[in-house]
Amino acid sequence: MHGLRTDTKVESGQNARSLVIRHLDKEYVRGVPVLRDINLEIAGQGMTAIIGPSGTGKSTLIRCINRLVEPTRGEILLDGQDLVKLHGKALREARRRVGMVFQEFNLVERLTVIENLLCGRLGYVHPFPAWLRRFPEQDVARAFELLEVVGLKEFAIQRADALSGGQRQRVGIARAVMQEPRILLADEPTSSLDPKTSVEIMELMTQLAGERGIPVVVNIHDVHLGRRFAQRIIGMSGGGIVFDGPPDELRDEHLKLIYGGENWLQ
Amino acid sequence: MIASQEQWVRFTPRQRLVRFSWYFGIVAALVFSARNVEIIPEFLYDAPEQVADLVSRMWPVAWDYYPTSVHAVMIETLHIATLGTIITILLAVPVGFLAARNITRSTTLNYLAKLILVSSRSVNSMVWALLFVAVFGPGAMAGTMAIAFRSIGFVGKLLAEALEEAHPGPIEALQAAGAPWISTVTKGYWPQIQPAFWSIALFRWDINVRESAVLGLVGAGGIGTALDASMSLFDWDRVAVILISIFTVVMLAEVVVTQLRKRII
Amino acid sequence: MSEARSGRMVALGRPNWLVRAGWVALGVYVVYAGSLLNVTWDRFVIGLAHGAEFIGRMFPPNVSRLELLFSDMTESLEIAIIATFFGVILSLPVGLLAARNLMPVWVTWPARLFIAVCRSFHPVIVAILFVKAVGFGALAGILALIVASIGFIGKLFAEAIEEISLKQVEAVRASGAPFMNVITFGVLPQVLARFIGFCTYQLDSNLRNSTMVGIVGAGGIGGTLFAAFQRFDYDFVCTILIAIIAVIMVAEVGTQRLRQVFQ
Repeated sequence: MHGLRTDTKVESGQNARSLVIRHLDKEYVRGVPVLRDINLEIAGQGMTAIIGPSGTGKSTLIRCINRLVEPTRGEILLDGQDLVKLHGKALREARRRVGMVFQEFNLVERLTVIENLLCGRLGYVHPFPAWLRRFPEQDVARAFELLEVVGLKEFAIQRADALSGGQRQRVGIARAVMQEPRILLADEPTSSLDPKTSVEIMELMTQLAGERGIPVVVNIHDVHLGRRFAQRIIGMSGGGIVFDGPPDELRDEHLKLIYGGENWLQ
Repeated sequence: MIASQEQWVRFTPRQRLVRFSWYFGIVAALVFSARNVEIIPEFLYDAPEQVADLVSRMWPVAWDYYPTSVHAVMIETLHIATLGTIITILLAVPVGFLAARNITRSTTLNYLAKLILVSSRSVNSMVWALLFVAVFGPGAMAGTMAIAFRSIGFVGKLLAEALEEAHPGPIEALQAAGAPWISTVTKGYWPQIQPAFWSIALFRWDINVRESAVLGLVGAGGIGTALDASMSLFDWDRVAVILISIFTVVMLAEVVVTQLRKRII
Repeated sequence: MSEARSGRMVALGRPNWLVRAGWVALGVYVVYAGSLLNVTWDRFVIGLAHGAEFIGRMFPPNVSRLELLFSDMTESLEIAIIATFFGVILSLPVGLLAARNLMPVWVTWPARLFIAVCRSFHPVIVAILFVKAVGFGALAGILALIVASIGFIGKLFAEAIEEISLKQVEAVRASGAPFMNVITFGVLPQVLARFIGFCTYQLDSNLRNSTMVGIVGAGGIGGTLFAAFQRFDYDFVCTILIAIIAVIMVAEVGTQRLRQVFQ
C-alpha cells in the first residue's frame, strides 16, 4: 500500500521501523528547558511506556515527535528521516506516518463516527473530494472493518458527541490506525477514563498495534497499567530520562527517583 | 442500519432530498434574481474610470471643512444617538416588563407587547425617520424619535429575555417578606438584570451611532445632512472628510462600548 | 461572575451617592441634549396633531399602482438574494483570515481592518459610493449589501472560529492533513451551524436594507417610497409600508425554517 519510502535514508544498523531521538531540547520560554537532552531509540514493535510526574515534559516529548510542539534543538529520526528539519508538505507526509491518540480523544464532535475515522486518511485525500466526503472505497471499507474490530459498528453514522468516553477513545485509536502509521503515539490515553475502561483501551491498542507490527509509545501516569502492558518503561523526571528498561527491572528506588518521596509507595 | 458497509453516504435519502430542495430553491432564486435584475452593462464598463474619478476628486481631502461644517453636525449625530437611546430605554422598559411572561401573567398583554416590539423592528430606521420628518418636520427631533422608535423592539426584546431568565429565588424571598411590587422590582429583578441591561443599552447605542449617521439623508438631522449637501454639490473632497469622521467616530464608539462592557460584565 | 453580582447587590443595599450623581448627570444631559436638538414638549404636542392628520391621509391605502409596487418589491428581493449569496461566499474566507487562533498576525490584522471598514458604514452610505461608481440601479444596491454582509458575517464568523476547540483541530492536523482539509474537517463542523445562523440573519437584514438603498438611487422599492413621501402621497406610502412589513415578516419565518434544516 503506502509501503516503505525507498528514498529515505536508512542509517546502518537501524531497523527500518525505528524512531531515534537525539539530544532533544525543548524550551517554551527561553532559558527554561522542559526537555533536557533526551536520547531515545525505539525499534521493532511492542509498547514503550513513558512514566513520570505531571509537568515533567512527557506530553511535550510525545508532541515533539509529530511536531505538534516545535522542538528547540535536536534530531528526531523516523525511519532515518529527520522530522525536525521538515516543513510544509514534507512535514505533513511525515505526520501521516505517525498515528496519535489523545488524552481527551480530540474527536471532531459534530462529525459522525465514520467521518472521524476517515479523518485519519485526510493526509491522502485532496481537499475537494474530502469536502464532498468522497473517500476512496478501500478507505471506507477499512474504516468499517476497524469499527467492527473496536466494536462500534452500529455507531457508524452517529455523531461523535453521542459516545461515552471509552467509546470515544476507541474511535480515537481506530482513527490513528486508519493512518497506517509507522509508529503510534498515545498521550495519556486513559487519564480521562475509569479503571476498567482504561484496561480495555490499553488492550485494544496492544492488539491493533501488535497485529500490524506498529510500535507504540504511550505516556501514562498509571505505573501499574504501564507495567502491565509495556515491554519497556522509560521514567522521566525534571525533563530528562532517569530510567530505561523492562518493567520487571523497575524497582521502588527507581520510582522514588522518578516521582520523589516514598510515602505514596506504601 | 447500514445497507452496505462499502457504501457510506453522509445523509439519509430524506435528509438529502430536503437539503437538495433547499439548494435547488436557493440556486433557482439566485438565477431568477440574476436574470431579472436590471444591470446596465455600460455603467459597469465605466466603473473603473468612475472609481478613479471618485478617488481623484476625494483627494486631497478638504480637512478645513471639518471645523466649519462637519464638527457641529457630528456632535448632533452623537446627541441623536444618545438621546434616542435614552428615550428608547424609557419606552422599552415598560414594554419589556409587559412582554416578560414571568412578570406579566396576562397572555393578552404579552402578545400586545410583542406586537409593539415586532412592529418597531420591522420598520427600518430610515423609514421611521421619513415618518417622523412628516410628523415633526425636518431636523434632529425627527431623527431622535426615529432612533428611539426603531430601537424599542431590540431593547424591549432583549430586556424581556433577561427578565425571563432572572432567578425566582430572591424575588420569592422578597414577596414572602411582603415587599411591595416596586421593591420586588428594584431589589429583586434589577440587581439580577443590571449587567444585561447596561450591556443591551451600550450595544444599542453603538448601533444607533451608525444608524444616526444616515438619517440626515432624509432630512432627520445629524451628519447625514452635511453628507447629503456635499453629495448633491459633488464636493467629493468634503464627502471624504465626512466619511473619515464617521469611520473614526464609529470606531471610537465601538472601543468605548467594548471597554465599558468589560467593566460591567 | 456570581461573586461579582452578589457583591453589587450588597453595594446597592446602602445609598450610593456616586450612582445618584450619575442619575442626576443623566437627567441634566437629557435636558441639555433635548434643548440642543430642539426636542421640546411643545413640538411633540404639535407633532401629535400632525401625526393624526398624517395617519388620516395614509388611509385608505392607495392600491392603484400595485404593478409598480410589485416590480420594485421584486427588485428589492433580487438585490437581497444576490447580495446575500455573494456576501456569504466572500465572508467565508475573510472571516477565516480574521480568526486569530488559526492565522498569523500579519494576516488577521488586514482582514480585521477590512471587516471594520465594511461594518462601520451604514449600507446606505456605501450605496452612495457605489451609485457613483457603477451608476444608479440595482447593481449599486447589490454591491453595497455585499459589503455590509462581509462586515457582519465576517466578524461573527471570525469570533465563532476563535471560540472553537483547538483539540479537535490538533487531531486533524496530527493526521498530516493539508490546511484545507484541516479547515473542512477540524474547523467547519464546529462552526457551520452558527455560520448558517448568521447567513440567514444576514438575509433578513439585507432584505430590510434592500428596501432602503433606493433612497439614494441604488435600486429597489426605497426610491419609490422616498418619492411618494416627497410628493406627499401618504396613501401610497402606506401601501408600500404594508408591503415591506409583510415581506419582512414572511422572510423571517422562511429563514427560521432554513436554519432548522441545516442545523
